[in-house]
Amino acid sequence: MTDFVRAARQAAQRIAAAEAKGTHAFLAWSEAALLEQAERLAAAGAAGPLAGEVVAVKDVIADALFPTTCASKILEGWRSPFEATAVRRLREAGAMVAGKTNCDEFAMGSSTEWSAFGPSRNPADPARVPGGSSGGSAAAVASGAVTMALGSETGGSVRQPAAFCGVAGIKPTYGRVSRYGLVAFGSSLDQIGVLGKDVASAARLLGVISGRDDRDATSLDRIPLGDPAPASRSLEGTVIGVPAEYFPAGLHPGVRAASDRALARLKDLGAELRDVSLPHTKYAVPAYYIVAPAEASSNLARYDGVRYGLRADGGGGLADVRAVYRATRGRGFGPEVRRRILLGTYVLSAGYYDAYYRKAQRVREAIRADFTRVFAQGVHALFTPTTPTPAFRFGERTADPLAMYLSDVYVCTANLAWVPALSLPIGRDQGLPIGGQLIGAMEAESTIIRIALALERAVDATAEVR
Amino acid sequence: MSWETVVGLEVHVQLLTATKMFCGCSSRFGDPPNTNVCPVCLGLPGALPVPNEQAVWLAVRAAHALGCTVHPRSSFARKNYFYPDLPKGYQISQFEEPLATGGKLEIVSPERGPVTVRIKRLHLEEDAGKSFHDRVPGMTAVDFNRSGVPLIEIVSEPDLRSPAEARAYLTTLKQVLKYVEVSDCNMEEGSLRVDANLSIRAAGSPELRTRTEVKNMNSFSGVERALAAEGRRQIAATERGEEIVQATMLFDAAAGEVRPMRTKEEARDYRYFPEPDLPPLVLAEKWLASERAGLPELPAARRERFAKQYGLAAADAAMLSASRALADYYEAVVRGGVAAKDAANWVMNDLLALSPGGERLPLPPGRLVETVRLVDGGRLSRQAARRVLAGLAGAPEAPALEVAERLGLLQVSDGGAIAGWVRETLAAHPAEVARYRAGEAKLMGFFTGQVMKKSHGKADPKAVNAALAEALKT
Repeated sequence: MTDFVRAARQAAQRIAAAEAKGTHAFLAWSEAALLEQAERLAAAGAAGPLAGEVVAVKDVIADALFPTTCASKILEGWRSPFEATAVRRLREAGAMVAGKTNCDEFAMGSSTEWSAFGPSRNPADPARVPGGSSGGSAAAVASGAVTMALGSETGGSVRQPAAFCGVAGIKPTYGRVSRYGLVAFGSSLDQIGVLGKDVASAARLLGVISGRDDRDATSLDRIPLGDPAPASRSLEGTVIGVPAEYFPAGLHPGVRAASDRALARLKDLGAELRDVSLPHTKYAVPAYYIVAPAEASSNLARYDGVRYGLRADGGGGLADVRAVYRATRGRGFGPEVRRRILLGTYVLSAGYYDAYYRKAQRVREAIRADFTRVFAQGVHALFTPTTPTPAFRFGERTADPLAMYLSDVYVCTANLAWVPALSLPIGRDQGLPIGGQLIGAMEAESTIIRIALALERAVDATAEVR
Repeated sequence: MSWETVVGLEVHVQLLTATKMFCGCSSRFGDPPNTNVCPVCLGLPGALPVPNEQAVWLAVRAAHALGCTVHPRSSFARKNYFYPDLPKGYQISQFEEPLATGGKLEIVSPERGPVTVRIKRLHLEEDAGKSFHDRVPGMTAVDFNRSGVPLIEIVSEPDLRSPAEARAYLTTLKQVLKYVEVSDCNMEEGSLRVDANLSIRAAGSPELRTRTEVKNMNSFSGVERALAAEGRRQIAATERGEEIVQATMLFDAAAGEVRPMRTKEEARDYRYFPEPDLPPLVLAEKWLASERAGLPELPAARRERFAKQYGLAAADAAMLSASRALADYYEAVVRGGVAAKDAANWVMNDLLALSPGGERLPLPPGRLVETVRLVDGGRLSRQAARRVLAGLAGAPEAPALEVAERLGLLQVSDGGAIAGWVRETLAAHPAEVARYRAGEAKLMGFFTGQVMKKSHGKADPKAVNAALAEALKT
């Protein structure tokens, strides 16, 4: 038995065990598919940087081996004829794809409760959501099924579930990882991200999938990031900004305690902490909920029942194509996706474009300028909590979209500004993981990864913070 | 009251690229349905567009040829609408920041003479697929081979004043675009499509009144007929006291009528916004300047130069510069040593007679030059030259001399043979010789004819005349 086959068998056992606990991290996986990949790798004598690793892939990322449903009824059973560039790269690096992970439908949501195929559970507390939209990937890592996973972000969808589940998650600079094969939600915000059992695992995966891709015109013309440098014991000379806007008076006490402790550790490591301000932070969620739905309303127009995916005719046959559109989209899309398509269609409509979309783009530039200014003043990274609260309970926020949206208040700024950011576990509150966020300047992934590796060693993320 | 029509045209032209606008699929016309497709042009989930450099280059060239300002920075936008042959549910086009603006095209109006038509904008976009409503009974079939094919849209200002003027604009536009090899402008294959905006007003008035859009015109003459029909409709309605409402009209070529398709209330809201999958199109100013400088000579300039440099009549200069291929051909014949006016006659009268529609020139210019030389050298009659050219048109590999020989058309200018035929002729017609010598000079033609007959048409008429004159002198 080759090492690859052994790794595949062991992974299958771990996934089966984790899923048997009701995690529902995966929408599709099979031991047969793992073994098939293992044999192919063995035959090719693969010896890449991820040789024998098993990676779970969020279901909004195309792969020819499994269906790509985006956790939506409208794409139920859809098999992409091609694989995403990120998936191709991880396979070329010797890794196997474990399967496709659950998420909110078309990555729209913060809890996986909007998956058309049922939510995933938080391995830390099965009564709570794993976060989202990449909740399945975060739960797959947290449950021990895999050590690394691909997720995707439009507004914090990797970092927020990473924080909720107690794993590491990195959202790279916009353009760092090819979006080719990532099913589009908000194209100017979308970016494939990585999750890992620790910062190094996530960073290794990022190192392999990053780099210029000619199939994505927005991809940065940069070589792959490669393996991260080993963790340093000192952060001497590193300036870490602490933005006041991310630490409001009413911040959850557990989140505050964990953040304070992490900041103290950073100081112990020799970093200089500096109070900074990002004054446009308060406009991030409103701007995000204009830009992302606007782009989504256009990106999701292709699911019309004509060429692939679900087709419904509403009982009137196919003669009236508009009736087919209405029936297909009405039945195929869940409530959150429909809400965002309506919202996006509205803000792009004649007479409203200037008031909403154009204004939101201006806000976005102001948010980006906030970051640029702070990083130009010698700050190497910003430290903030990843989420305002730990993981919430099922059903707690589905009736109140705004409450759901606000769980992304600290993470969506980095998407709007295109800067890299990561979340790492920094402690627990009543057993629930708390995440700390590091935000870097454009293309400064290495800087935030270096700081995160040092902080990860210095902080006991399994310890209660109060 | 006398009315004038005010027309602006939106022309879509397919660029002569090998591949599509945003993917590597072939943009060839006429292949079996849905064979030139991939995840990108089918809009499959996760696929992304990447701009075709060649398409950008051709669009820039077209813009320069139309005197437009090409913007160093332009951007793509999404035009959103649902249609079964639009696979992404949006078309990638340009909206707020087009590639080029502010050009002009000089045309000759049948009514007003030379007119300058301003070009408002020129932008890049992708084509949609093609729906067929008549291939499968009771169903619509969609061919995505055309989906993603690169187009430019050229929008004129409302500077045209009649349907015939609109047609003249289209003819001139097509000539320019073919000259710079941007498009083949083949309306039958859909590589040139026209939508028109038309309004009417009191003749000479500066106002712009409510306009309608006219679509579904499949030929230049169809454009002229459709606009005439729509103009008549608007005039009749206005004279009845009706208000013209903003609407889209469809032309029915068989009936020669226009019919309303949708009114303003039903007008689509395309929800344009910047295409997030494509960064702004940034073109280096230096490159743009060199492109502008490297533009081939355009038809108007070439026409003027032909008239001036070669002393050609205006009509001849226009005919010879009608296409770049013909103009290049003509100049090659001149360079081959044929006098400019002779060359013009040979090309216009003899060459084009062998080239239906003037689309394909049937023999290389070198062969025409050889043929002209044979005529000038007395080896070939003007008449026989036509047959040699026709022979060359089938097989231009062989030199003209060889073809003339093979066809037995070479003239005899050999003095001995001609002198013999002359002697025999004069001996056979003593009465005519006597009458000629008595002063009946017109009989010279008779003698020439007789000698030519004896030579079976092969004698060089000039040499025959000279020999006859000599023989009759005594």
